[in-house]
Amino acid sequence: MPKTLAQKLWDAHVVRVAPGEPDLLYVDLHLVHEVTSPQAFEGLRLAGRRVRRPDLSLATMDHNVPTQGGMRAADESSRRQMELLAENCRREGIPLYQIGSRRQGIVHVIGPELGLTQPGMLIVCGDSHTSTHGAFGALAFGIGTSEVELVLATQCLPQKRLGDLAVTITGELPLGVTAKDIVLSLIGQTGTSLGQAHLVEYRGSTIGGLSMEGRMTICNMSIEWGAKAGMVAPDDTTFAYLQGRPSAPKGAAWEAALDHWRSLSSDTDAEFDGEISVDASRLEPHVTWGTNPGQVAPVTGRVPEPRSDTDERALRYMDLLPGTAFADIAVDRVFIGSCTNARIEDLRAAASVIKGKHVHPRVRAMVVPGSTSVKQAAEDEGLDLVFKAAGFEWRNAGCSMCLGMNPDILAPGERCASTSNRNFEGRQGSGGRTHLMSPPMAAAAAVTGHLVDVRELI
Amino acid sequence: MAPLDRADVDTDQIIPKQFLKRIERTGYGPFLFFDWRADGNFVLDKPEHAGSSVLVTGANFGCGSSREHAPWALRDFGFKAIISPSFADIFLANCYKTGLLAVTLPERQVRHLIDLASEDPTASVTVDLDKQEVRGEGFSYRFEIDAFARECLLGGLDEIGLVERNEPDIAAFESRRPAWLPAVK
Repeated sequence: MPKTLAQKLWDAHVVRVAPGEPDLLYVDLHLVHEVTSPQAFEGLRLAGRRVRRPDLSLATMDHNVPTQGGMRAADESSRRQMELLAENCRREGIPLYQIGSRRQGIVHVIGPELGLTQPGMLIVCGDSHTSTHGAFGALAFGIGTSEVELVLATQCLPQKRLGDLAVTITGELPLGVTAKDIVLSLIGQTGTSLGQAHLVEYRGSTIGGLSMEGRMTICNMSIEWGAKAGMVAPDDTTFAYLQGRPSAPKGAAWEAALDHWRSLSSDTDAEFDGEISVDASRLEPHVTWGTNPGQVAPVTGRVPEPRSDTDERALRYMDLLPGTAFADIAVDRVFIGSCTNARIEDLRAAASVIKGKHVHPRVRAMVVPGSTSVKQAAEDEGLDLVFKAAGFEWRNAGCSMCLGMNPDILAPGERCASTSNRNFEGRQGSGGRTHLMSPPMAAAAAVTGHLVDVRELI
Repeated sequence: MAPLDRADVDTDQIIPKQFLKRIERTGYGPFLFFDWRADGNFVLDKPEHAGSSVLVTGANFGCGSSREHAPWALRDFGFKAIISPSFADIFLANCYKTGLLAVTLPERQVRHLIDLASEDPTASVTVDLDKQEVRGEGFSYRFEIDAFARECLLGGLDEIGLVERNEPDIAAFESRRPAWLPAVK
């Protein structure tokens, strides 16, 4: 029977099936961070359990870390959470990249760049954006703290089988339009919950033409339309990205892995429970106007008339009137960062827009590389100088203003052009207003001081 | 029964990020819907809904962040069951682990319950997990729930203990894993 990629990945990880029970799956890599793990480690300790496979676990500090000033800049409870992670990792023998480590960074940025994220793997993390790793042809999804405890103890996870969706994206991306615009436009089309209880495969010529960074951006936001996981079948782009990375297989092991990886795609006749098509050649740069990622529109348009109570509430929170041209919306802050858009390619794209220009005097703009390695790579290319010369703050790696669990937050009423993934009420700081967009679009907003079509600047 | 007549309620609203810095599993109740309650006149703070153990709300409840702190906060506040037309996947899993019953009912029945709770705050409902129904005066709505999740909720099973019983299968699986798979150094 023909299988989808997701079914192949699922079947390859089944430890045990029993009627009436969820499948028991084996986890190849468990990523751990400071915020969703303390109670899990505590639970283990109280039950007298140990971590089964510390060698298949990796911890980093990202949510709470200050992006300047180091550990000393963290508030007391953040510091306590980070110290507790270090203590738990030490006791259980889990490798940890803490503040100051050259490998520290956002958990979904460091897995791929270390070559730990590979095709065919099952990867989990106590974080909803774990779907990012699906870009490599892995089955990857977020879990809660009780499940974190379960995986620490057993390296396994009981999961009910899910449905399959295919999103086929074809056509050449127009200039100034990015992977972020593909996924924002998709969520505008699907709404925030169509993907519920489904594993999604992104495919088609446009996906094939995207870099790994672009594929990660799309898989990252799968959760924003409700999907459990998003994935892309691995191809030569995937293999080229992985080859030579610290944890990628070497020599004969590389050849063996490659043979297996090439088998990881949906069979021609495989059936999906639903299919969605996107014509990328007609896309424009997108911006969100509301308080969920499905409230989104092309930047060339205007704030729409509300069609529901949710829309009305969103417009009130965002302090926007229907009919306002997006280009007339001034911003106070610009944030380029997050697990969605803080990889080297994202920083290059943003830098190319601002080169030789300056941040608008009313705007405070910052760039937060996704990892310490990304920061180093950007500095090796001189991108930091481009950003600094334009008036951007150049920070250390972390989740930063994507979720405001660290000193980087919006003040109440501030409006931000952000490359992150969620525009929920208060997400970037209580009372803050978030417009999601691509890195080039955020860079353009920084320069002009308002939402703007980046194509006017390039 | 308390009505929260909003769709797409995300976990950032249920428990804002500043309360995720705690390292305990309990004590989140006072911070439930913190920003919305700070705005004043929030439905859960109305005296007529004090002490409610059932929350009835709009579709896609619990979307967004995977934080299990969201069901912890709902439980600590006093809720035992949440009724909605649909729940986000991770939130739903977290509810079962927390002992919070998430009940999915058709939009029309949820609308009835929201209207009922809004118009008559004294109206009470019984959420019966054993019989899989939501009952009130003049109505009874059947709901479906995953059999295994139901058993876990009813029996309070130690899921880690259950998985550990499969040790021979787990060890056998580990011995079959391809050699090229990475270990963290």
